[in-house]
Amino acid sequence: MSTENGPSFDGLELGEVVAERQVELSRDSLVRYAGASGDFNPIHYNEVVAESVGLPGVIAHGMLTMGTAASVVEEWAGPGNVVDLQTRFTRPIPVPAIGEATVSFTAKVGALDAEARTARIDITVENDGQKVLGKAQAVVSCA
Amino acid sequence: MPVNIDAVGRAYGPHEPYEVTRIKIREFADAVDARSFAHRSEEAARAEGYPDVVAPTTFAVVIAQQAEFHVVVDPEVGVDFSRVVHADERFTHHRPIIAGDLISATVHIDDIKQRGGISMVTTRTELSDEDGSPVSTVTSTLAVREEA
Repeated sequence: MSTENGPSFDGLELGEVVAERQVELSRDSLVRYAGASGDFNPIHYNEVVAESVGLPGVIAHGMLTMGTAASVVEEWAGPGNVVDLQTRFTRPIPVPAIGEATVSFTAKVGALDAEARTARIDITVENDGQKVLGKAQAVVSCA
Repeated sequence: MPVNIDAVGRAYGPHEPYEVTRIKIREFADAVDARSFAHRSEEAARAEGYPDVVAPTTFAVVIAQQAEFHVVVDPEVGVDFSRVVHADERFTHHRPIIAGDLISATVHIDDIKQRGGISMVTTRTELSDEDGSPVSTVTSTLAVREEA
């Protein structure tokens, strides 16, 4: 595992915010993710289908939210240095036909392993004042 | 028809290997707002210590979801895809995915739990390279609502 390009382990403090980002998700974002990932479930672009299965409308792919969370951590960690990433999908993000859904990401140091020189980064993701991911954690290999 | 709990332990694949390309990595990086040039330029990736363009953290899902599809369409497992919600996901990377990799995927049904009219189906997809060395382990749980 390449860690030479990773962030320095020394000096990291528990609770320290290492990265933050606010992202505006539009229907364009969802269509782009569908094409890039190959996930063409119509609940991510078709209102009628989404409502027929009990959703409030078109929702973002959970994996788009998770992937963006990873990108926020990666901007600090360096590409290829997130060695483990997990989450639960606890709340859908409705995305309007016109306009955007605002999603905020905050990544904090949750735990440090001095022997492995890894940092567990806990990611809080919110839309409309509510958390949308549960136990979103990344393990970053540090230099 | 409920999900068949006897399907635990089934495995599917490997099927045709997935060829990782620079253009697909860039497309995925654009979609998830992954901003590093190491996802876009071979030169930038080399500067970070990689032999070629490196994939974003969750790129493995592109390959894993293709493999997981074999579980969803197996009539003997009995997953009704219109009643599926993604419950959780985990990636454990043994090494980063790099442009030029030929990745094989084998998906295992590790667990099925049923309670309150919902089946939680947990799959584990093992990705390996041309040499058979492990690349990533992708664990995914789908919540399947049974018909009322």
